[in-house]
Amino acid sequence: MSPPVAPAGWSRWLVPPAALSVHLSIGQAYAWSVFKPPLESALGLSGTQSALPFQLGIVMLGLSAAFGGTLVERNGPRWAMTVALICFSSGFLLSALGAATEQYWLIVLGYGFVGGIGLGIGYISPVSTLIKWFPDRPGMATGIAIMGFGGGALIASPWSAQMLESFGSDSSGIAMAFLVHGLSYSVFMLLGVLLVRVPRTEKPVGGAPSAFDGPQVSARNAVRTPQFWCLWVVLCMNVTAGIGILEKAAPMITDFFKNTSTPVSVSAAAGFVALLSAANMAGRIGWSSTSDLIGRKNIYRLYLGAGALMYGLIALAGDSSKPLFILCALVILSFYGGGFATIPAYLKDLFGTYQVGAIHGRLLTAWSTAGVLGPLIVNWIADRQEEAGKDGSSLYTMSLFIMIGLLAVGFVANELVRPVHPRHHVPAPESKEKEAADVQRQQSA
Amino acid sequence: MSSDSSPPSGPPSRRGLIAFAWVWVGVPLAYGVYELVRKATQLFTG
Repeated sequence: MSPPVAPAGWSRWLVPPAALSVHLSIGQAYAWSVFKPPLESALGLSGTQSALPFQLGIVMLGLSAAFGGTLVERNGPRWAMTVALICFSSGFLLSALGAATEQYWLIVLGYGFVGGIGLGIGYISPVSTLIKWFPDRPGMATGIAIMGFGGGALIASPWSAQMLESFGSDSSGIAMAFLVHGLSYSVFMLLGVLLVRVPRTEKPVGGAPSAFDGPQVSARNAVRTPQFWCLWVVLCMNVTAGIGILEKAAPMITDFFKNTSTPVSVSAAAGFVALLSAANMAGRIGWSSTSDLIGRKNIYRLYLGAGALMYGLIALAGDSSKPLFILCALVILSFYGGGFATIPAYLKDLFGTYQVGAIHGRLLTAWSTAGVLGPLIVNWIADRQEEAGKDGSSLYTMSLFIMIGLLAVGFVANELVRPVHPRHHVPAPESKEKEAADVQRQQSA
Repeated sequence: MSSDSSPPSGPPSRRGLIAFAWVWVGVPLAYGVYELVRKATQLFTG
């Protein structure tokens, strides 16, 4: 399939909704927990078993983004969005069959394996195209799409819960809910497939810089550069620090203030988690757009430097101030979201637009690593501290200082980022041809 | 002559399509944000 080139007059403001229709759908993955309790009671599963489809889905997201990126670049965004639509929707349909026949392995295969491929291909599908359409504002453009991934869970969580309430939480009710999800998401994502276009290669209107200007580096060459691995460390550390809070947000705020005169109730803790999700989403669009103004390196200095400062404030203030705790956590989560959303634009600055989607896909392995590392650190240390007889905010003090250390490592990695050496650049064929034509004309004159 | 009197044939306006596309993604997102705000207020009332 050749990439769909935009006809004359095609508006670039049609591309963000195309991207959003995919990201808002696949972001459902983070609302999987809604299905866990009904599945556990209907099919007699343990908590670990019911988490399997989500875990496999996230593993497949990382793998398919890393290995499918080059195919996405070659075949274009419409092909990628079509693959994402088919895999993500058929994952739900297979799960519906699995729930109806009470064959849990079909749900794991469908949602986790098949749907997971849709997650990975869908996640990277619009990135390269958005950057090409918005060379003057790449941070804002990718921020819109990646904000959609956060927004997907906000939509799916109440929607899925309402559906289970209507259809029932037994196996046939779950099957019906999966079926409706599969069909609805296929229709919703279709908008992206139909609307997405790649820009023509000429200069954009209005004197904006062309996406095709500047150095261009292939995905194969990019992974051989120190810049790629510096950004890998930056993303991994930033995400680890964010997940550290996100993973334990509700028990953390409850534990922190349980020995004070104003302890936090269960419903207030749920409200805190929701507020963190809002900060995460706002950070994706807000900070990523800001990076277009102050530069990518500076914005990561803020994420990592000020993030460490926020963790330090939480650790030092302990349970003395609830507003300070909430404010610092919100800022950290906004940096977490911002770190995700700004990385494609940072990659574009360093490696050009040539295969930025494929490079982004490979960099997402940092996310998979952080997804294991962050919860592991916070949970393991909190358990050890509890065993040692600690209580309240002191349960988390060591985790907080470890997060500061990780952010400092990320800060140093960001400082080490330099422009890519020209030996890694791909020669521009168009400019070469033009040069050859000029030489030929001069020779014949 | 006829070509002189015909209206200029520029690229078609996409305003309707742009509005439709943004409403398509904006409505579900607004629903998600509304539900989120409802839940987040529990931090101050719960």
